[in-house]
Amino acid sequence: MNTATQPQPVVEARQLDLTFQTNDGPVHALKDVNLTIDKGDFVSFIGPSGCGKTTFLRCVAALETPTGGSLTVNGMTPDEARRKRAYGYVFQAAGLYPWRTISKNIKLPLEIMGYSAAEQDERVSKVLELVDLEGFGAKFPWQLSGGMQQRASIARALAFDADILLMDEPFGALDEIVRDHLNEQLLALWARTEKTIGFVTHSIPEAVYLSTKIVVMSPRPGRITDVIDSPLPKERPLDIRDTPEFIEVAHRVRDGLRAGHSYDD
Amino acid sequence: MKQALAVLTVLFAIVAIWYAAVAPMNIRVALDQAERAGELVTPETARDRRETSTWVLMAKNPSHISTGYALDRPRLPAPDQVAQELWKTTGEMVVKGRAFSKRSLIYHAGITLQSTLWGFLLGTTLGILAAVAIVYSRVADMSLMPWAIISQTIPIVALAPMIIVVSSQVGIEGRGVPKAIISAYLCYFPVLVGMVKGLRSPSLPQLDLLKTYNASGTQGFFKLRLPSSLPYLFTSLKVGIAAALVGTIVGELPTGAVSGLGARILIGDQFGTPLAIWAALFAAAILAGLLVTLLDLLQRIALRRMGMNT
Repeated sequence: MNTATQPQPVVEARQLDLTFQTNDGPVHALKDVNLTIDKGDFVSFIGPSGCGKTTFLRCVAALETPTGGSLTVNGMTPDEARRKRAYGYVFQAAGLYPWRTISKNIKLPLEIMGYSAAEQDERVSKVLELVDLEGFGAKFPWQLSGGMQQRASIARALAFDADILLMDEPFGALDEIVRDHLNEQLLALWARTEKTIGFVTHSIPEAVYLSTKIVVMSPRPGRITDVIDSPLPKERPLDIRDTPEFIEVAHRVRDGLRAGHSYDD
Repeated sequence: MKQALAVLTVLFAIVAIWYAAVAPMNIRVALDQAERAGELVTPETARDRRETSTWVLMAKNPSHISTGYALDRPRLPAPDQVAQELWKTTGEMVVKGRAFSKRSLIYHAGITLQSTLWGFLLGTTLGILAAVAIVYSRVADMSLMPWAIISQTIPIVALAPMIIVVSSQVGIEGRGVPKAIISAYLCYFPVLVGMVKGLRSPSLPQLDLLKTYNASGTQGFFKLRLPSSLPYLFTSLKVGIAAALVGTIVGELPTGAVSGLGARILIGDQFGTPLAIWAALFAAAILAGLLVTLLDLLQRIALRRMGMNT
């Protein structure tokens, strides 16, 4: 574990509340959420639908506004952090623009942020290599498989210098084999770039395999039931999933999910 | 190839029905003409024939049915007559080197095309600007849209003379401008509706993505909304140009215009020359077909260059 430097908090949430006003009355999407994410952490959010894991990520990204409590990102309000382009966001659907080639898609944030043309080209080739898509820059999105499209969308989030990467079920729509492969690549990428990653998932093995910290959440109202600091080493080959440590952590996650069972039926 | 076959089959059926309809439509005119030429027809007088049904007339005068296919002023001209007239007023004029004389439909189609294109340009510009206003401003959405819809419920035939009167009142010379305005009036609407839909087509995650980049409104427009709207725009443009052509012809009809396809239709009506009317009608249809095909081609090229496999 990386204990050489003092951990710096990147995201800090204190008694965070978010209530949506809907036609059917108020919905408590988040209730009394307390969480600290340190620099370089890989934090997974896991829980059933409606537990607020995506909502929490969107609050960090300033795409939702909390109705109570405090939330800071890099010591600023989330909206200030958004304006300083502190994070890259990867959505569940790759969401590449169909009229842009892969290169041009990755250039989208760079164009918006006003990078020079030469710098854009340099960064595109760098991140294409990072996600293992060299040679696909001139292709259009429909010419790529779903997994490759999602990698391109990760490259797009990596292209500018945000040190936080927020990922909302990025591999949710992909099959198991592709997902394993992408998980492995994502860990390698995380090791190389030393980014802080927030990762929403439905899958227990995925959460345990990837994370340094697993946040287990439960619905109605959305809240944190357990935060697990993973004892697994940073180097993680795929077969680490058969070790007793891995199975123990997975067990604890499952227990956490069961404890917060707010399944009404 | 399959599509061509289907289109040809329909075309063949239409021509066949058309030829079949010529006989009953023209039998009376044919018999009147034969009577005047001193031939024997049954019943003998026009009054008696008026009392007799078309089918009986055809049954009693089978030898005169064929006359109905070659009348100078038929009620319904046969397809080959129309084709001949069309050739006489277009191709033949070109051969004679008089393609742009006032007797040539090419000249009149040119006049109509000019107004159509001006109207199309005006209507498209207005439609796009109004759509942008509607998408970006709630006030415009609530105030402009209902009026846009109401504007299309007023019959253009009623409105056209007023536009012409008003524009001559304010000192606009000639018919070009009022015709273009009438044409724009018909063509802006499909463009407006299509563009509003297109500009609103980006999904919520696509809009959120731009927000995470802290993109400005202008950047969002040019990088996301405008490109997303292009397929919708092209579809609307194809409807719009056909509407613009109809608008121009309507603008030429009630105004005593002397040139343009609409004027040819009106003059043909006044002088009782149905062949001229039909030839002008077909010239208008062919012109519309060419314009829509041209836009379709543009759409294919543009969308292919944008990497959208349509």
